[in-house]
Amino acid sequence: MERESLRESESMAIEVRVPTMLRTHTDGAKKVHGEGETLRELLADVERRYPGLGSAVLDEGGKLHRFMNVYVDDEDVRFLGGVETPLSDGIEVSILPAVAGGS
Amino acid sequence: MTRAAIDGRLDLDRETFDALVAHARSDSPYEVCGLLAGSNGAVAGHYRIPNAARSMTYYNMDPKSLLRALREIDDAELDVLAIYHSHTHTEAFPSATDVELAAYPDAVYLIVSLQDDEPVLRGFNIREGRITERVLTVGGEELATGPR
Repeated sequence: MERESLRESESMAIEVRVPTMLRTHTDGAKKVHGEGETLRELLADVERRYPGLGSAVLDEGGKLHRFMNVYVDDEDVRFLGGVETPLSDGIEVSILPAVAGGS
Repeated sequence: MTRAAIDGRLDLDRETFDALVAHARSDSPYEVCGLLAGSNGAVAGHYRIPNAARSMTYYNMDPKSLLRALREIDDAELDVLAIYHSHTHTEAFPSATDVELAAYPDAVYLIVSLQDDEPVLRGFNIREGRITERVLTVGGEELATGPR
């Protein structure tokens, strides 16, 4: 029983950096925690805790939104496994909307 | 339409203004981009972010450089005060693309135009497709708003 609760608290160890415009979903928090073995699971978990946050990252087809970047530590998940990128405890996930424009 | 309702202001120091213009000129005719960090409306940091598009008509902040800059800004307990880019051949007003892609409603979008000999800097908020213009001051002096 004790072992089980320990494991559960360890699996909460994924830190998610939230960009300013999505902090309306987190009561202003810059960082939140979630769990999941893949990015898709993590996003589903943070969506349960902070409705609107996880879903903002994905398009209607459940893929990464074209203008959203997600980093696992220093790596762009587009170059890892996209939403199926495996995650492990202690990593940091950053959500980063693209900053772009034109003249 | 290159005129928008005036709403709010942004105070810059002369050094920041000069740095923005110098950055814009440094890679002309390509667009440059970057961030100003600050707290309570005062500039406390300037980040030049590489334009991954290296285009005369488009900018896309290099995501990795953006990631690092935003981490630093967050860790220093600062805010993204302004997001700037240059227009090398058009006026300092948000283009349709700028409006479509504006994802940071709290930031001031600064545009440096180099289309005339004298550089023009204007600042805007872009929220849900609506543009409002900020009055900019540089070293306490008000810059003109509206089209030139």
